[in-house]
Amino acid sequence: MTSAAQMTPRGFKKQASAALEDVSLQRALGNVRDGFIAKRSKAVAKLPEFDDLRDQAREIKDHVIENLDVYLERFEQNVVMQGGTVHWAADTKAAQEAVLTICRLVGARTVTKGKSMIGEEIHVNPFLEENGIEPVETDLGEYIIQLREEPPSHIIAPAIHVNKEQVADAFLEHHTDLPRDRNLTDNAALLAEARAKLRDRFLEADVGITGANFLIAETGSTVIVTNEGNGDLTQTLPRIHIVLASIEKVVPTLEDASTLFRVLARSATGQEMSVYTTVSTGPRRPGDLDGPEQFHVVLVDNGRSKLIGSDWQDILRCIRCGACLNHCPVYSAVGGHAYGSTYPGPMGKVLTPVIMGIKEAGQLPNASSFCGRCEEVCPMHIPLPKMMRHWREEEFNRGLSPRLGRWALGFWSRAAGMPWLYRLGARMSIAWMSRKARKLGRPFGAGQLPLAGGWTGHRDFPAPQGITFQSAWRKAKREPSRRPLGPGR
Amino acid sequence: MTDAAPLPSARAGILGRIQSRLDARTDRTAREASAKERLADRRANLVPARGQLAPADQVNLFVRMAEEADATVTRVAAATDVPAAVSDWLRQNNRPMNVRRAPDPTLDAYPWAAEALLTVEAGKAESTDETSVTAAHCGVAETGTLMLTSAEDRPTTLNFLPESHIVVLRADQVVGSYEDGWTLLRQTQTVDSGWIMPRTVNFITGPSRSADIEQTLQLGAHGPRQLHIIVVGEAADDDNAEDGENSDNPV
Ligand code: SF4
Repeated sequence: MTSAAQMTPRGFKKQASAALEDVSLQRALGNVRDGFIAKRSKAVAKLPEFDDLRDQAREIKDHVIENLDVYLERFEQNVVMQGGTVHWAADTKAAQEAVLTICRLVGARTVTKGKSMIGEEIHVNPFLEENGIEPVETDLGEYIIQLREEPPSHIIAPAIHVNKEQVADAFLEHHTDLPRDRNLTDNAALLAEARAKLRDRFLEADVGITGANFLIAETGSTVIVTNEGNGDLTQTLPRIHIVLASIEKVVPTLEDASTLFRVLARSATGQEMSVYTTVSTGPRRPGDLDGPEQFHVVLVDNGRSKLIGSDWQDILRCIRCGACLNHCPVYSAVGGHAYGSTYPGPMGKVLTPVIMGIKEAGQLPNASSFCGRCEEVCPMHIPLPKMMRHWREEEFNRGLSPRLGRWALGFWSRAAGMPWLYRLGARMSIAWMSRKARKLGRPFGAGQLPLAGGWTGHRDFPAPQGITFQSAWRKAKREPSRRPLGPGR
Repeated sequence: MTDAAPLPSARAGILGRIQSRLDARTDRTAREASAKERLADRRANLVPARGQLAPADQVNLFVRMAEEADATVTRVAAATDVPAAVSDWLRQNNRPMNVRRAPDPTLDAYPWAAEALLTVEAGKAESTDETSVTAAHCGVAETGTLMLTSAEDRPTTLNFLPESHIVVLRADQVVGSYEDGWTLLRQTQTVDSGWIMPRTVNFITGPSRSADIEQTLQLGAHGPRQLHIIVVGEAADDDNAEDGENSDNPV
């Protein structure tokens, strides 16, 4: 089996099939459906203004993109005025070099990290390791997958694919100084152990690297939004704070950021507000008792600037809430690793071709059910299905893989002509329905299939038979296997 | 920005790409004007109705929302009651009777000496500290969120390192919305040339948590396991309220 770290977008079909076979992954994915969706809708129902806020959130980011050069310059000016430094990085390599240069200047040996998707995108961990610097992930989910040597499988819940027994195994394997017969059966024990282990790492680190949910032009501030408090310890305790941020994260004012706070947490985890929203401005001031001595912001482009004026400009509004992943039938059936890219799910299908190129990532925009649920829940009203179609056209125009292009023409309506996709679709629904039915303690009636209205209209939907169907499917003709094209990360 | 100095190439490349694409649609002067206006305006966008209540209702909403986020709240009549409230809370929660408090003049003024069994030290947080006590910049009613700012006498580590965090907040410091919090900040952190953004502004809503293991919520991930808020006194007079009509607005 291909390890998650070796998966590539080109291997999507094979990886998706394997994911459906993976019993433990399927168990873990139940938490996406049962957790995120209900929590989000509850939080949204409690705020009557939610939809109006979404409209305003879209306007804010559209305004920023329309004036992005000016806002980035203003942001930089204010960072410098507050005593910080901005490093511009056109691509992954430049961003990695910027981080390494800063680390080397202070002779850093260990670096603590808050969760950062840009950090994943620029593969900063393996790069630092190659250069003799130990990166330590401090977000619990990121820590777990770092021990397991895996990439994240969700943009806000990186270890959503892992069950707690697997967490216990990882801790047993890596925390070898602790008694082997200790009790790691409950979540509280696991959390307490990670907390204790990471405490020392926070205190000994020379550099702390965080991402940024927002950059504020008005004040030159960077903003992180977390629940654990690890990001704050990461950026407060070491001498150096490095912020990794992509160029589209900038917003004009603190007021504009506040509007985005209101839609972010509710869309992401269904919280009214995340526990910690931290606005950082420059290094520690004279007389301050704590805080970093240096404050660096690495501004990463990595293909984003080229999206302005293109068919994919709207993805620059994305605030990485993860709602489109949580509500995606493909994502919740196969999980994040199958996509073979840093960003999975609907937003990943749109963003990955920007970062990796359409040649590498062309399969992703095609493998969609086009059910439209992602766009419906996106707090930034990003037309994800439309942009996936644009990629498909682009791929077709460039003469790349027209056979795969056919997938995009509709999921169930064309499924008969596309046996692999039909099987995947059926399997997805089976996996999901049997989970749901288990929860309900009874089978599903046809009218109870959420999201399936448009699909089941086209054909009789097979009764979910759980494992029987799955084993039947396993015997079905396999797609010829594709060799993964080497590490994508 | 002047374009006299030669630009470093990555910066020039990125900004150049953005500019040339935007130039196809608008001209740079118009963009500058539009951004300048928005930055000068700092206009609040839509503020939810629940963030615009009368002061007394705001305080009640703050308390309710903070409790929903798993914080605990005690209300005391006067600032002089704070040390006793701290002792009481420590005892009730079986916490050691020592605290590290911010060297904040607001907290200096409290009668700590009256609590004979309580050891109080001022300073930044040490990794061994069990409980910290800090003062808030304000509380935001709409989500029960504390807004804490850093300063020489308000070290940020106190908000994150100890196991338990106790925050003192005057009832008249409770505002409706995040925007009100920023406005208050701009009014209070002033210097001759305008206002100063604190190095760190922490919005804190409940104690630290993680759902990273099987999406099951656990309190106390890396930050404090317990967040306790002591609300002092009563809300400001209703006379100052912008709109008393919203006072019974359900949330
Ligand atoms: S595309 Fe929309 S729903 Fe998906 S992560 Fe971005 S903002 Fe959230």
